[in-house]
Formats: sequence, structure tokens, C-alpha cells
Amino acid sequence: MPELIALKDPHRESRVYSARTVIAIAIVLGLLAVIFSRYYSLQVTEYEIYKTQSERNRVQLQPLPPKRGLIYDRNGVLLADNRPSYILSVVRERVADLDDTLAELAALVPISEADLDNFQKKLQRRRPYEAVPLRFRLTEKERARLAVNRYRLPGVVVEAQLLRHYPHGELFSHALGYVGRINEREAFELDESDYRGTFHVGKVGVEKFYEDILHGEVGYQNVESNAHGRVLRVLERFAPVPGVDLTLHLDIRIQRAAVEALGDRRGAVVAIDPRTGGVLALVSTPGFDTNLFVNGISSADYSALRDSLDVPLFNRAIQGQYPPGSTVKPMMGMAGLESGLVTPETSVPDPGWYKLPGDSRRYRDWILRIRGTGHAPRVALKMAIAESCDVYFYDLARRLTIDRMHDYMQPYGFGRRTGVDTTNERPGVLPSTRWKREAMAQAWYPGETLSAGIGQGYMLATPMQLAVATSVMASKGQRKTPRLLKAVNGEPVAAPLLEPLIADDSNWASVYDGMREVVHGERGTAKKLAKGIQYEMGGKTGTAQVIGIAQNAVYNEDEVAERHRHHGLFIAFAPLEAPTIAVAIIVENGGGSSAASPIARKVIDTWLLGEAS
Amino acid sequence: MGDYVRQMPHQGSQDLARRPSAAMRFHIDIPLLVLLLILTAYGLLVLYSASGRDMGAVIRQGRYFLVAYAIMICGAQISLRRYMRWAPWLYLLGVGTLVAVMFFGVGAKGAQRWLSIGGFRFQPSEIMKLVVPMAVAWYLAERTLPPRFVFVIASLALVGLPAALILQQPDLGTALLIAASGLFVLFMAGIGWRYIFGAVLLAVASAWPAWIFVLKDYQKQRILTMLDPESDKLGAGWNIIQSKTAIGSGGWQGKGWLQGTQSRLDFLPESHTDFIIAVLAEEHGLRGVLLLVSLYLLILLRGFWIGVRAQSSYGRMMAGSLTLTFFVYVFVNMGMVAGLLPVVGVPLPLVSAGGTSIVTLMAGFGILMAISTEKRMVSQ
Repeated sequence: MPELIALKDPHRESRVYSARTVIAIAIVLGLLAVIFSRYYSLQVTEYEIYKTQSERNRVQLQPLPPKRGLIYDRNGVLLADNRPSYILSVVRERVADLDDTLAELAALVPISEADLDNFQKKLQRRRPYEAVPLRFRLTEKERARLAVNRYRLPGVVVEAQLLRHYPHGELFSHALGYVGRINEREAFELDESDYRGTFHVGKVGVEKFYEDILHGEVGYQNVESNAHGRVLRVLERFAPVPGVDLTLHLDIRIQRAAVEALGDRRGAVVAIDPRTGGVLALVSTPGFDTNLFVNGISSADYSALRDSLDVPLFNRAIQGQYPPGSTVKPMMGMAGLESGLVTPETSVPDPGWYKLPGDSRRYRDWILRIRGTGHAPRVALKMAIAESCDVYFYDLARRLTIDRMHDYMQPYGFGRRTGVDTTNERPGVLPSTRWKREAMAQAWYPGETLSAGIGQGYMLATPMQLAVATSVMASKGQRKTPRLLKAVNGEPVAAPLLEPLIADDSNWASVYDGMREVVHGERGTAKKLAKGIQYEMGGKTGTAQVIGIAQNAVYNEDEVAERHRHHGLFIAFAPLEAPTIAVAIIVENGGGSSAASPIARKVIDTWLLGEAS
Repeated sequence: MGDYVRQMPHQGSQDLARRPSAAMRFHIDIPLLVLLLILTAYGLLVLYSASGRDMGAVIRQGRYFLVAYAIMICGAQISLRRYMRWAPWLYLLGVGTLVAVMFFGVGAKGAQRWLSIGGFRFQPSEIMKLVVPMAVAWYLAERTLPPRFVFVIASLALVGLPAALILQQPDLGTALLIAASGLFVLFMAGIGWRYIFGAVLLAVASAWPAWIFVLKDYQKQRILTMLDPESDKLGAGWNIIQSKTAIGSGGWQGKGWLQGTQSRLDFLPESHTDFIIAVLAEEHGLRGVLLLVSLYLLILLRGFWIGVRAQSSYGRMMAGSLTLTFFVYVFVNMGMVAGLLPVVGVPLPLVSAGGTSIVTLMAGFGILMAISTEKRMVSQ
């Protein structure tokens, strides 16, 4: 009973105190044991977990994107190089509030909706510690603004990156293609590990076709970085392997000559060296500045390109499928000679029109509306080619029949993709009865054979196919898959050889005779080209109808709306005795072949005589 | 005098039989001083690394220690009787300044904790950590122990008034620490177990209402964060995840002095203040933790020993309370950094950077030394 004890009792107090001290020490020891066991479990039992976590904090695996291979023309002129550009990226893991940070960044540098969209999409796929690009091509001022505010923007990084640049963007737009930012679909298709740290990929053309060798191999480095994402030192480094440098057969002089000769007309020029199969020029006008696409084209620029009536994004040289018109006549002539149906001396009567037996319809020759009569009472092969006589080839086509015509024309590369090393090539159409049955579920009509004989009707060919056919003609049957790629890292690359077209030498000579006469003959359809020419050229003109013309109507160029005018075509090779260049040209709505043939002269002059011409 | 010397526990006390040792004359408790010096040295070593090899921070801390040791030695010279006599006046002064803080205080982050007098800022609540146990011990020392019910109630009032004033600043950590220092006096005075169990039951029962009515949102958040730091990895959970990572990755061996990546690379926040134990654990491993805990334990045991050997109940109660309060610092800080307790602003005693707590703690050790060397005069 404590109440009864009124006096202080030092001994009892001391005893009580000692007892309490013992209890206090017991509690202290117990709690220290709890603390110590906690440290023991963190530092011994779970050591590996925290060790790993601390390493993951500290060490970051950074991809080192490879340098994309450069692209040169045959003269060593740089067509595609890499230039430094600054990118604003965000490391999600280091950002406390992503929305806040994005809002702050938007206040510092302009960030478009498209940028944000792209960023959000990429964010899904990248690891939290990887930098996700938000804005490309920072200007000097933007970089400065970001640098000043860096301290309050943890997780925000500005990195330098090499960006594709096309010094001759528009000149080579369709020949080279371009790279662009990797989009969602591509991201799923590409090997993610190869493209870590790479934001661009070849979208079309050579850039896409040779993507795997242009890209190179990604490297890695282990870096030590602090909590703010600043890299303090590199611990380990595996260097990237740069992409290979490509040299193309393309010749900037010819390319430029062709573009200048086409001017503001829509058209295409393809030039091939028949000896190698190398593509010397691949032009489609209008072109566009490929640099626009490298970092995401603005929607205004893009809709302007997409909605233009001139369809500048359309690669006419390999995607444009046109009726080849009379440019098929030399190949038809070879077919006649090789089949034995005609000899160089065989002639047909030419009243200016042709009739199928038992059919009243007149198949008119183009000369009829000019002279009111045929080319001559009787026309043989040389004149038929030189003056582009339709009646001769109507007759030949009828006798050859469509299916044999198909078989004789196929080795020239019609009706299937040439396999040129670029993207989006179209196959054209080389009609046959089987083709019509399969494609249209219809029977073949005899009249259609006649149209096919002069390259009209169902037949369609790309300028690339025409150039390949001309090249086969020029090399007397040597067939090669056309190639843009000439050398890889300086090592020459040969064009794949195809089974050659075997034909009698004298037959080649006969057709060459006709093609020579087109340019150099008195009455050749391209005789204007011969003026001042310093070499011999074989050529063939062609006209492709854009709209059908009624049986007895007369085509009057002046009266037809510009877009309904005939396409002008021309194929040529030179020098005649040992051809080193074969060209095919189309000028859309050029009215006739005279729009196309002067371009061939300029292109071939440039190739054979140099820029001086 | 001779009387006293014969009671000395030292083996060598026979040699000193003729006159008191220098340590005695200057009221220095040698074992305690040695332990404190070792702890100070160890702490400065860790601080150099934790502050990112900032010699300036070490020198600043060293200056605090110089001041603190001076205060400790001065404090040890003051007789216990004088402390006892001062206690009620200091208490009144302390409560007065706490009230003044309410009206004229300055503060930061929404809390009014400082008084500014002539450009000199000080935190009255810090002084109360010593004054409250002094006052409670003074009150009980004059009464028979264990204290009767009314005296317990009066003591609780002595503790409750300043604690409540500090709680509304708001500064929950300090309020709890001050309440604890006062309650430790009662505990050491030998209050009946029914009070203690009653208080524990009351605390448990009031946990739920306290959660609803007393705790502020940020305080609740801290408790939730402790329970599940992963729930807010980059926000409130960041500190605790990083400190646990730092501690765990140290292993038994530690990464080596100045080699702790968590602190060196800024992953560990507050690495030189409240979270400095994580740096120590990371760089010196469990071995280093063991050394630190051992030092603390030896200091605590010395404190308890001083209490047991004290001749007056005032000295006993003060020694017990000061020792237990010191332990609370150690326990709360090491517990919170390791994710055992919610994060409250309690430094690791004598290691964390910061002058205020060092000065208060060393002043407390000064009183302990006064207790350990003054029993002769009390026993007269």
C-alpha cells in the first residue's frame, strides 16, 4: 500500500530503479535485436535482390546506334549522308509526373500533336529507363532554353543524333527513296534489338531495298548514371558496326540532264548500261524533296504532295504502267524474223488501214489522217520500223497470234517485274489468251491481237520495263536484272544474269537497221534527233492513247484537253555499233513521241560526250 | 572525499586513493567520453562520404561537435542540485517560449517551429527535450516513489502541456519524443504496471480514432508508404525503396568507404541527414552496422550504469530518461530508414548532419556526466 508510506525510502527507490533498469535494458536489447535482424535480412538474406537493384539503378545499358551507310553515285558524288541533329528525349523512369514534364517542355519548345502522338506510342514499347524521343531537330535556341531549365527537368535529355540528309533531294527523289521515322507497323516488323537507339528506317526505294546493309549493327555501352539520368562514365563499350556505303550506277549528270530535259512536264526516264545492267538514271517528274520525309513531314506538306494532280509521290519510272505503243515494234520485228514468218524483204501492202478477213472494221494506220494514204504501196520491215507503220505490224501480229507474240515478247522483260533493286515496282501487262481468261474471264478477240501488235490495247509496260527491253535489244539478247547498286564499300557488285535471248545475228542487224533509220533515215519518225549528232543511235518512237478515239474521229492535239493528250514515248540505244546506254522515256500527255525523243538525245549526249553537250 | 574514492569501480582506483582523479575533478565520465569520441569520429567519416566528399560539410559538423562537446563539459560542471533547482523555472520559460512560437514563430513548410531573437533563430521544442524530463524528475524527486496516482496525473500534465504545444506546430516527431522523455521518467520512477498496461491499452485503442481525427493526410501517407513503398515508387516510396536498396546492397562487407553508389549517384535522398545510416550500411556493410549498434549499446549501457550508481532519485530518473530518449533516436531512425517505421524527422544521433540535435544530445550527456560524478555531493 504505497499510500501508507509517507517517508522517502532511498533503498527501496534504488531497488525499484534497478529493477526498472533491468527491464529497460531488456526492452532496449530486444528492440535493437529487431533492428539488427532487419538489417541482417536486408543485407544478408536479401542481399542479392538489393545488389541487383542497386546495379540496375546505377548501370544503364545504352544502345549505340550504328552510322547509316552513305550512298554515292557512280562518280563518287554523295547522294545520301548523315548530319548531326539534336533530339529531345524523356526517360520515363526518371520523371515523377510525365504530364507535368510534358507541359513544362511544351512551354519551352514547340511540340506538335503529332510529336506527342508518336511519343506516346513509343513510350508503350520502350523500357522505362530508355530515352524516348519527343522532338527532333532542335534549333540552337531551343537547345539553349532546355539547357538553362535542365536542373528542374529530371529525366529530360537532349541528345545529338546523326540524321539522314539528301544533298540532291528532289533530283534523286524516286531513284533513292528516303528514310523516315519508324512507325508503329514497322516497329513490330523490325528486330527490336537491332533498332534500339535508331529512330529511322528506309521507307521506299534504295533506302528501303538495302535497309539491312545500310543500317549496320547496333552497339551497346554500359554507363554509370546518377539518379537524374546524367551519364557519369562509360563502364563497358561494344562499338556499333556502321552500315555499308553504297555506290550506285546512277550518274548525277545523266539524272540531271533527264530532269532538266523533262522540265515541268510529267514523265519518266530510265537509262541502263546494257553491258552491266546498271541503271544510269531513274527519273520520275515531278519529284519532291526527300528531306521533308526524314523527320516526319508536316501534314500540310504531305497533303500538298498527296493531293497534287501531278502525283509527285508516284514513281512513274517503275510504278507507271503505260501502253508502250509503237516502241514494241522492234521487238515485234524480231519476233517476226525469229519465227520465220517474215524476212527483211517480206512486204505487205499498205493502204493506210488493215482489215481482218471477214471483218469490215478498218484498223487505221496513224499516217492515214496525215497523208490520207499509207506509208508506201508495200512496206517491208526496215521502213515499218523507221516510219512506224501500223499496217505491217497488224499483219505480223495476226499471223503470229497473240500467244506466240506473248512468248516472243516475254524475254524482253514485259509482263513481269524486272526485279530492279528498289521498291514498289509494278509488273505491267503482257497479254495472252490465258492472261485474259484469268484476269478478265473473257475470250480473246482477233481484233485485240492487232492492237497488241502495235503496243496498244491491254499491253502495259513501265518505263523500267521499256528500258530493260531496249537494253536486251542493245546487247543482242543479253539479259540482266537491272541494278542500281554498283558497289558495296567499294567492292563491285554484278547484276544478276538471266538466261540470254538467243537470236540470229542477221535478225538483230535487220532490226537495228530499222531503228537506226528512225533517227538517221530521211523519213524516220525521230529524224530531227539526227541534227548535229556525233554518233549513231537506234531508236523507236511511240505514242500511247490516253482516251479511246472513235472509229472515224480524228485526234486533234489542240482540241484535246492537256490531260487527255497522248503520252509520248521513245526508246533508244547508242552507240549503235557497241551500245553503252539504253534509254526509255515517257512524257505524259506530251501529245506524241516528239515530246520524248529530244530528251533521249540529251541523255545519251551527256553519257557519251560528257556534260559539255 | 576518500569515502567516494573507495567506491570507485576501477581496478586502478587504489593508485588514485589519495586524491580524486583529474576526470573526477572536471566531472568527466571517461568511458562515456571515449565512446562518444569514437562515435563522433566514425560519424564524421561516414558524413564525408555521404555528403559527396564535401570537406566543408565535415568541417561544419566538426564545429558543431566542438560547440557540443564544450556545452557537454560545461554542463557536467553544473551540480545536479542546481539542475534540480532550475528545472521548474526552465520549464516555465520553455512553455513560455513555446507559446511565443505560437504567436511570433517563424517556420518553413507549413510548420512554425522557430523563434527568431535578434537574428538568432532557435527551436524551443529542442530545448524541451531536456527540460521536460528535468521538470518531471524534479516534481517526482520530492515525493515518495513509486509515485501515487495524483502525482502521476500531475506528471502527465507536465508532459502533456509542452507536447500538445509542439504537436500543434505541427511537429509530431518532436512531440512524441518529448512525451516519451517525460514518460521515461515516470517509468524509471517505478510507476505501477497497471498504469503502464493501461497506457499501452489506451494507445492501442486510440489508434483508430487517432488515424481518423488526429493524423494529417501526409502523416497517414507516410505510414501507408512504409507498409507498401512500391505503391508510389517515384513519390513517397522513393526514399524508402532507395534506402532499403542502399542498405541491402551493402551486404556483409559493404561496398567500401566512398564507394556507395546509391548515395554517390544521388539515388538516396537526405543521404547526409536523416538517411545517413543507409550510406553507412551500404559502404561498411552489416559489419559497419554492427559496429555502430555496438557503440550505441555501450553508450546506453553506460547511461544505465550511471543511473543505477546515482545517489539521488533525481539523478536516477534523469539518467534513465536521457538514456532511453537517446535509444529512441537510435531505434526510430534506424527503423525508419530500414522501412520498419514510418518516416519521421528523427536524425541518427551524433552521426546525421545538423547542429541542433547534436547540441541537445551532448547537453544531455553533460547532465549524465554531472550525475555520474556528483553523487558524492548528493550523498553528503
